[in-house]
Amino acid sequence: MSDIVTANRLIDGVVIFQDSAGLWSEDFARAAVYADAGATKAALALAAQAEARDELVEPYAIVVELRNGHYVPKALREAIRATGPTVRTDLGKQAQGQAPVYAQHPPLETPHVPL
Amino acid sequence: MYRYDEFDAAFVGARVDQFRDQVARRISGELTEEQFRPHRLMNGLYLQLHAYMLRIAVPYGTLSSKQMRKLADLARKYDRGYGHFTTRQNLQFNWPALKDVPDMLAELASVEMHAIQTSGNCIRNVTADHFAGAAADEVADPRPYAEIMRQWSSLHPEFSFLPRKFKIAVNGGPHDRAAIQAHDIGLQMVRDESGALGFAVYVGGGLGRTPMIGHKIRDFLPERDLLAYIDAILRVYNLEGRRDNKYKARIKIMVHEKGVEGARAAVEAEFAAHDRQGLELPPAEVARIAAYFALPALPAKPPASERVERRQAKDAKFKAFAAANVSAHKIPGYAIVTVSLKPIGGVPGDASADQMDAVADLAEDFSHDELRVSHEQNLVLPHVALDDLGAVYDRLASLGLATPNAGQISDIIACPGLDYCALATARSIPVAQRLSEHFGDGARARDIGPLKIKISGCINACGHHHVGHIGILGLERAGEETYQITLGGSADERASIGQITGPGFSSENVVEAIETVVATYMGQRQGPQEDFLTTFRRVGMAPFKEALYERSAGSDI
Repeated sequence: MSDIVTANRLIDGVVIFQDSAGLWSEDFARAAVYADAGATKAALALAAQAEARDELVEPYAIVVELRNGHYVPKALREAIRATGPTVRTDLGKQAQGQAPVYAQHPPLETPHVPL
Repeated sequence: MYRYDEFDAAFVGARVDQFRDQVARRISGELTEEQFRPHRLMNGLYLQLHAYMLRIAVPYGTLSSKQMRKLADLARKYDRGYGHFTTRQNLQFNWPALKDVPDMLAELASVEMHAIQTSGNCIRNVTADHFAGAAADEVADPRPYAEIMRQWSSLHPEFSFLPRKFKIAVNGGPHDRAAIQAHDIGLQMVRDESGALGFAVYVGGGLGRTPMIGHKIRDFLPERDLLAYIDAILRVYNLEGRRDNKYKARIKIMVHEKGVEGARAAVEAEFAAHDRQGLELPPAEVARIAAYFALPALPAKPPASERVERRQAKDAKFKAFAAANVSAHKIPGYAIVTVSLKPIGGVPGDASADQMDAVADLAEDFSHDELRVSHEQNLVLPHVALDDLGAVYDRLASLGLATPNAGQISDIIACPGLDYCALATARSIPVAQRLSEHFGDGARARDIGPLKIKISGCINACGHHHVGHIGILGLERAGEETYQITLGGSADERASIGQITGPGFSSENVVEAIETVVATYMGQRQGPQEDFLTTFRRVGMAPFKEALYERSAGSDI
């Protein structure tokens, strides 16, 4: 089971992801994937420092899984959060090319097809 | 329309300045998130799934054209060009930046609006019957009393840290359009034998994980005692409401635990002990506030419009619109027009900035500058001359807002659900979209008749599913969305909590399950005049259960 670490940027609330340099990106593709609990714990500790510096709020780890060669969030909630509303594909990260890649049958681009 | 006096303007202005300072201190790091959170919540600012969300109060659901245009303006300037009208007559913006919110609140204050107490454990926006001041059946306009309660409850020092949030609704007539029995306090305007105005008082209603219908604790509360009596209710609740468990903290649990008689006795004792100290409503002040809500000058007209009748005879779509979306006005020759925010396949309650502007124009041109927001997530033009109905319809049709489905099966309430909400466990909106596409707004929907479907994306029940004739609750089970169905709920004067049919249905099968419920109703009803709720109350759950679980493929879970 692999994790990535996410949060919301304080000043505008935008969903952000921790990258491999410990910086924060709006782009899901730049998220660092942590393969073990120790790495996730260290990443969360780094996120807590960014939180203490008032750069972001509510950091937490989410589980991702490999699907068709791409990491995507396992839980529907996190898939929608990382992608944008399924009922407004013109909004959120999906509208900016910053969403997870669903290679086959993109579930979140077709609102009426459940995951 | 109520207009702010100098005190109101100074009060709201000071609140904006205070929040501007709090936001600056949060961004600079002077305040931690833990310190800041209660401040932002008391100003209606949440952190949701994708971004912050600002919830703006539309007090008792009444808006002027100017106010609606300001909401459109804010949507364009600070958000993503649209807003979401909610089941508490509020408007939510889903994408504001924290740094912009003080400016948004300042702009709102310029049109006498705010977001105060749209969140937090305090008295929330007081809601009212959306036909208030216009309905043919109303006893009196409930809005002056809602405004009095708004003023009284705003930053009330004793009631700003209640055990939990507190919702009050007031309805103007015998037919409950404000779901008062689903509120912490529900007020029904009534007259006693002498013709004096007052309120029937309900306490302890609420939805969420423990749904309860409110109990009437007073048949007649004189108008002058309104504040003193609800003050007594709040005092009892503030003292005795549970603070040890947020899931048991609403007044409905207190009423349940004390029993109705115990709750009534405690409130009456508190009311008597305080002897209305400083809270008796002065008639002159009631009259002053009521004058703001005076009916606009509506010149007498014939009770029927030949123009409307001619158009109905040749235009089936207009006829369908007039039948579903036009309601009786208290003044002959006028009508109330419901503007459905439930286009077939659309997002319930969403309106684009352009649509908001256009509806504001319509209100200015045809409805004496007045608009209403309903708890059913529609807009209302309250004072339209019958002769103007055709013109209003044509303009609405050009905007994509003439869906003739008010009160019908595709006029669905749905919370934002997992598409936007951080608390949700499943999506609501896509289910509403698929149901509205399935049933539509045509002949079949008209044949089905009045039927309220209400959908919530989690147990908190913002979509009022417990009181839907058909309720749908979205849950997550083993990583999949699943939908529990309830039948027989109602939010009107014969309020009831729906009964669960049985195991839930997958997202793929939930529309088919609702189709089965509707088909069963159609087969059971004693004629087109018997609506869904009447049929359900007559035949009970058994035939629906049988159709859902025994005759068909059954549930998935």
